[in-house]
Amino acid sequence: MPSSEFVLITILACGLATWLSRILPFVFLKKFNLSEGVLEFLSFVPVAIMSGLWFSSLFVQHLGHLPSLNVGNLLASLPTVIAAILSKSLLVTVLVGVISLGLLNLFLAH
Amino acid sequence: MNDRLDWQTGVKDSLPIVFSYITIAMAFGIVGKAAGLSVLQVVLISAIDFGGAAQFVLVTMLAAHSGLWAIVVAVFLVNSRMILMSTTLAPYFNGESMLKNILIGSFVTDESFAVGMNKLTQTDGRLSFPWFNAANLMSYLVWVAGTYAGAIIGDLIPNPEKWGVGFAITAMFIGLLYLQMIADKSIKFGIQLAVVVFMLVAIYFGMIFIPGNLLVLVATIAGCFFGVVIKHAFQ
Repeated sequence: MPSSEFVLITILACGLATWLSRILPFVFLKKFNLSEGVLEFLSFVPVAIMSGLWFSSLFVQHLGHLPSLNVGNLLASLPTVIAAILSKSLLVTVLVGVISLGLLNLFLAH
Repeated sequence: MNDRLDWQTGVKDSLPIVFSYITIAMAFGIVGKAAGLSVLQVVLISAIDFGGAAQFVLVTMLAAHSGLWAIVVAVFLVNSRMILMSTTLAPYFNGESMLKNILIGSFVTDESFAVGMNKLTQTDGRLSFPWFNAANLMSYLVWVAGTYAGAIIGDLIPNPEKWGVGFAITAMFIGLLYLQMIADKSIKFGIQLAVVVFMLVAIYFGMIFIPGNLLVLVATIAGCFFGVVIKHAFQ
């Protein structure tokens, strides 16, 4: 972890950015409207960023070369995806994911 | 759910949020503690950043020693859907003062937004400040308290990484991704799936030349453009 000063500054800066994206539409919307195109672009953000964060945990970066696989995370993702589809519950998905990687760690260590 | 819009009904209507929040907030507390943050830092993140998935992004990037601006932009992008939700909600509070509008905006979440949209179907398209504010504040208090409880529990688990706890964040993103894909009826499932596949290819090949903390950002912006293009191509 970085220094506690850096962590605190980051928490505050992120808090400000988050707060502004929450309240500015309330403040400005009486005067302006976001264009259709911007709204459409924003509608893809959740799916794109969630999958991006997931996929970047499946690989190990070697700049200048193709990445190698993070085998534990890749294998644990399979039961986790199935749990998400079957349960539609965030809690169950997280539990299945953690237990899957925990079990894999046991096997991979032996 | 009925058509009453006083604050007591707001508290009652927020109970489903409360139950789901306790567990996720506790998971966040445990994960934040496992990543190496103090109990105070973990609770501050929930109290100041109050952003669900964005908080998991924040902790992951802090642990990876990412730069300040990379973290702020990533958190902003994850939370940029709040702009959409606030934009949708604002017209219902047009008659209220600016201060009340800012209060509603400050504490709005995916879940209170969803409950609010559901309430509209019961009230002939009306919302009230006392009702929405009560639902928002209940969610906030439970979120912060649950985080504290999780961080305390996390303190008691030795060597949590060995038990796969670090994967909780990735599992959470997988769960959030799937729930988002089936809940967002404005974009066809096939198009969302195409964006996911695009992201896999973009992340894999992007790893060759874009440093890790910038990659998700660059790939997300490319993924959104890709989504807009194929949405129009298949209409």
